[in-house]
Amino acid sequence: MPAGTLYRGREGMWSWVAHRVTGVLIFFFLFVHVLDTALVRVSPEAYDDVVATYKTPIVNVMEYGLVAAILFHALNGLRVIAVDFWSKGPRYQKQMLWTVVGVWVVLMAGAFYPVLQHTLRTLFGS
Amino acid sequence: MSAETTPAAAAVSDVSLYDVDNPAPLIEAPRKRTKKTPKATRTNFELYGWLFMRLSGILLVVLVLGHLLIQLVLDGGVSKIGFAFVAGRWASPFWQAWDLLMLWLAMLHGANGLRTVINDYAERDTTRFWLKMLLYTATVFTVLLGTLVIFTFDPNIR
Repeated sequence: MPAGTLYRGREGMWSWVAHRVTGVLIFFFLFVHVLDTALVRVSPEAYDDVVATYKTPIVNVMEYGLVAAILFHALNGLRVIAVDFWSKGPRYQKQMLWTVVGVWVVLMAGAFYPVLQHTLRTLFGS
Repeated sequence: MSAETTPAAAAVSDVSLYDVDNPAPLIEAPRKRTKKTPKATRTNFELYGWLFMRLSGILLVVLVLGHLLIQLVLDGGVSKIGFAFVAGRWASPFWQAWDLLMLWLAMLHGANGLRTVINDYAERDTTRFWLKMLLYTATVFTVLLGTLVIFTFDPNIR
């Protein structure tokens, strides 16, 4: 059997995969999010009950994951637009991906405490 | 040598099968427009869909990241969210318009993205059709429900 016939891709393919996966995850969250927000038309108590779920530690960590998915999808989406409309875009697509990853890491580090402060305060005190 | 082997050999042995006016069996041109060709494939729908993803994407970067900043980052993160917080924000037509535009653009952007994913991976015609019907139903329902909630929100419901 010939070795190395499986295409494992490079920056271009893996960023495409990550864009797809994050896009689908965000769409499913959006569907749930419109449904939970619709509870403001039922009663303040019904809405506050479901929002209490968003304040539990596990869901709070999932919110940090949501921020991660949205930030990657947004930054990589801008890169896709640059590849499509900027004449030098395709030539610099790898450099742009590593720029996206770098900006993403910085923003995720900056969002760590603000997003998770509710859990950090309830678990470890104020 | 039989007539099936090559036209050249056939021309020598059997003149009536192929001649100068009929050198080979007629093959229909690829992608030839026939009566069976669906009219729908002659529109620029996919081009406009492609363009919409990029234009709505740029707007959504501002709308969604602004939304995340307000809801999850500033002023205590998720702690402050509740009915009173929503009532305070939707008292302003600016934030109502922000949320309405974000709802419509995000749902259509996401629905078109999922349509592409379904077209890529669902190989059976009936599976593809029903998955897309489910997607379109969920999308229309969610967009209409969200729009109704924004327009009919009542801070004094209780």
